[in-house]
Amino acid sequence: MSIDLSQFKQTFIEESLEGLDIMESSLLNLDVGEADPEVINTIFRAAHSIKGGSGTFGFNDIASFTHVLETLLDQMRAGERDVTTPAIEALLASVDCLRDMINALQDEGSYDEERVASVQKELEKMLDNEASNSQTTESAATIAPPEDELPTATGWLIKFSPHPDMLRTGNDPVLMFRELEGLGSLEVKADIEALPGFEDHLAEDAYLSWEIKLTTDATEDQVQEIFSWVDDECDLEITAIRPDIEPAAVVETAAQVVEEVKETAPQKEPPVAKKPAAKRSAKSTEATSIRVGTDKVDALINLVGELVITQSMLSQLGEEFDMSKLEKLRNGLAQLERNTREMQENVLRIRMLPISFSFNRFPRLVHDLTQKMGKKVSLKMSGEQTELDKTVMEKIGDPLVHLVRNALDHGIESPEDRIAAGKDPVGTLQLNAYHKGGNIIIEISDDGAGINKQRVLEKAVQSGIINSPSDITEDAQIFDLIFAPGFSTADVVSDVSGRGVGMDVVKKNIKALGGGIEIASREGVGSTFSIRLPLTLAILDGQLVRVGEEVYIIPLISIVESLQITKQAVNRLAGRAEVYRLRDDYISIIRLYNLFGSKPDSTDLEKGLLVVVEGDGQKVGLFVDDLLGQQQVVIKSLESNFKQVEGVSGATILGDGTVALIMDIGGLIDLSNSAQKKFSDGAVA
Amino acid sequence: MDTAQLLDSDSIIADGDGHEQYLTFMLAGEEYGVDILRVQEIKGWDSATRIPNTPDYVQGVINLRGTIVPIIDLRMRFNLEKLEYGPTTVVVVLKVSSTSKNRTMGIVVDGVSDVYSISADELKSAPEFGDEINAEFVKGLATIDEKMVIMLDIDKLLNSRELNVLDSVASEK
Amino acid sequence: MAKILAVDDSASMRQMVAFTLKSAGHEVVEAVDGKNALDIAKKQSFNLVITDVNMPNMDGLTLTKELRGLANFKFTPILILTTEAGGDKKVQGKAAGATGWLVKPFNPEQLLSTIKRVLG
Repeated sequence: MSIDLSQFKQTFIEESLEGLDIMESSLLNLDVGEADPEVINTIFRAAHSIKGGSGTFGFNDIASFTHVLETLLDQMRAGERDVTTPAIEALLASVDCLRDMINALQDEGSYDEERVASVQKELEKMLDNEASNSQTTESAATIAPPEDELPTATGWLIKFSPHPDMLRTGNDPVLMFRELEGLGSLEVKADIEALPGFEDHLAEDAYLSWEIKLTTDATEDQVQEIFSWVDDECDLEITAIRPDIEPAAVVETAAQVVEEVKETAPQKEPPVAKKPAAKRSAKSTEATSIRVGTDKVDALINLVGELVITQSMLSQLGEEFDMSKLEKLRNGLAQLERNTREMQENVLRIRMLPISFSFNRFPRLVHDLTQKMGKKVSLKMSGEQTELDKTVMEKIGDPLVHLVRNALDHGIESPEDRIAAGKDPVGTLQLNAYHKGGNIIIEISDDGAGINKQRVLEKAVQSGIINSPSDITEDAQIFDLIFAPGFSTADVVSDVSGRGVGMDVVKKNIKALGGGIEIASREGVGSTFSIRLPLTLAILDGQLVRVGEEVYIIPLISIVESLQITKQAVNRLAGRAEVYRLRDDYISIIRLYNLFGSKPDSTDLEKGLLVVVEGDGQKVGLFVDDLLGQQQVVIKSLESNFKQVEGVSGATILGDGTVALIMDIGGLIDLSNSAQKKFSDGAVA
Repeated sequence: MDTAQLLDSDSIIADGDGHEQYLTFMLAGEEYGVDILRVQEIKGWDSATRIPNTPDYVQGVINLRGTIVPIIDLRMRFNLEKLEYGPTTVVVVLKVSSTSKNRTMGIVVDGVSDVYSISADELKSAPEFGDEINAEFVKGLATIDEKMVIMLDIDKLLNSRELNVLDSVASEK
Repeated sequence: MAKILAVDDSASMRQMVAFTLKSAGHEVVEAVDGKNALDIAKKQSFNLVITDVNMPNMDGLTLTKELRGLANFKFTPILILTTEAGGDKKVQGKAAGATGWLVKPFNPEQLLSTIKRVLG
């Protein structure tokens, strides 16, 4: 039977990457000098698994690299080697190498072989420095047993006397004899001398011993191999039967032979036939998968069970329906609705992962960056178990890294500065996540210098974002300047955060996910960046609105309020742009039919409704004919078969099977602004 | 044609001597053909949801078993006279491929006509068509039973700028 | 065919072992660590146990010792999967009551030929 090992490759890759994450975070937790043995064991175990798997599945480069790593870790685990800072750094570097190698395996690409070789060399050098006994055993094992110069054996005489407790390890002499039979023909003589009287007989003990004459051309090693599991639990003599030597003569030298056998006892297993690396298919399949807890799967299975019951109940009801059963039908439908909703919630839960998947990289990042910057920072994380959608998680990774880099670079001061300011020289960076409403909030706080408002204003004027510092007075607005395109406060473009990606990109990415970011900061005390993100991108609470015959969906989260328009509150700016006075505010009115080219019931503002929405920190009023219901909608992509449409974030399928477009409020405001601009430009021209 | 008619593309086997099969349809009295392997299904016309600020020939989007599929009116695309949709009006759902991705799109035609097997050398290159049909969209012309059939290159036809790029609409208007 | 308990914290190894054994017609129950395996073993009997050594929660050696303490596992063959060829793990394994071992890395063919020795 041949089994295609490549089918286990994906699992190996996933568990190895997980193992590497564990190794990395454990390494970062290791205290130099007094290392927790349990932590070292955890690291060892991860390396050990990767080595075992890579060897088994034929990824030999990974196996040989991990072998060195494992040996080093094994020595640490046994207390033969000290946990030093250089050792930890070298181990961290090897984690990076392995990650590259495994990612290359996933993408069927290549990795930096030079780097891997140099890290491997470094690890080997460490091993050599304190050559341990593991090496001597290895060399001992390679010593070839003395060559037998006697004529080839025609068989073997085996004396086999199990110790009384051999059966207790699950070994069965009968099976061994059967295996011997596979090598040649057997003559077995049992010695029952040791068999006690019936009353002393213990059923679990072995009493018999055997003398076996095996006629075969098999080697002694092959015979020995069959007994290899029991060599400590039996007395075993194997002597060659040679054409010109009488077996009887050999028996005399039996004692000597036993010695010999014992010396070479731990047989080297036959070399494993290394399979060529799993067949590389032409295409790199982007098989990303999610590991789902069995509890979630079980919950789904239960729900499917309920659904099936409801369905069969309903179909039975349908077969013999009359009006007297109407109430039953209603109940059944209500049950179906509940089943469906629960099912939906649970299916979505499958895509939810704890944010620790994203937070996990930060201990390493903070470790590396602070070393580079000469700062001292302790990283605290909380709420790592807070769950969010896998896609959201993947997309929020880079913005989070950017914010953390920023906090380390611009936020937390150097130890000297901190001491001068009367602070603990070790700064604190806190990552926190929690659920709030239908959102997840991620906070990145530092106890650093805080944002220098004066400098932000100066910089904003310099970069031409604002005309004069006096334009802006409120803190929130000042902080918001940081997110303006072209803004940078770093006086020196540092290697750490000055990478040409501004905070505007961070904000853009967060907004693209339907979220937002806010800053709170006090000079000398620290800053907190709060990111708000929807839990999932797949579903949204929507308000259905009608414009003429068309139905659109406004995300409920962006709706402030809906109101009937009173003419007195409507003003025209410059004769064209309409604004509505909402209490103390003036908001622009966007006539949706204008923007979307629809045929409305009425163009009279008083005959329709104004939906006040907020997007990009701006409030506007959308004029629609009517509000329909609110419902949860499943977001479908317009882009997958068509293209992105301005002012529209996606589409959904309504209860009647028709498609309705979901509005992108930010895009809608942009669209309206550019339409206004065109109009006024046109008016001027 | 009310019910969707699924074409099992696997059952259509090229006959091995360079012949390709084409599904043809009628449009303002002319017969057009598309590579049958690209045809996903043929379904009756049903209403579509209009997409704002797109060219007129984009009829809108429909729900095709849970995916959102755009529908292109081919008469309008070719600047032909608009025809009220009737019972024979059908939507041919096509698999369109471009360098970046594969998409599913539907085209509205007057009615489906026939399936022909045509070899590559029976396909003549197209002369200039003038304004109505960009010659770029035409793979070639074939003569079948003394009739001319225009074979379309749907990848070129349905991957034009207007159907792909975001800002084209704004800049056109 | 035999009923086998396969214990390994590495999902890929576990899958490989289970798949190979199932392909050979055996019934396989999988456990992710020693503790999990012991819980399973307390409820049902097996013809063979194949266990990794290095695992969180409970390692393979402890598992072997614990299993030998259960009445229905007194004579059940227990194979340990070990990487240290000829190393002390084998000795420790034997001391814990293991029947034999299989040295990693191994391929499906080696796995099947090894279990033949204990299953006949």
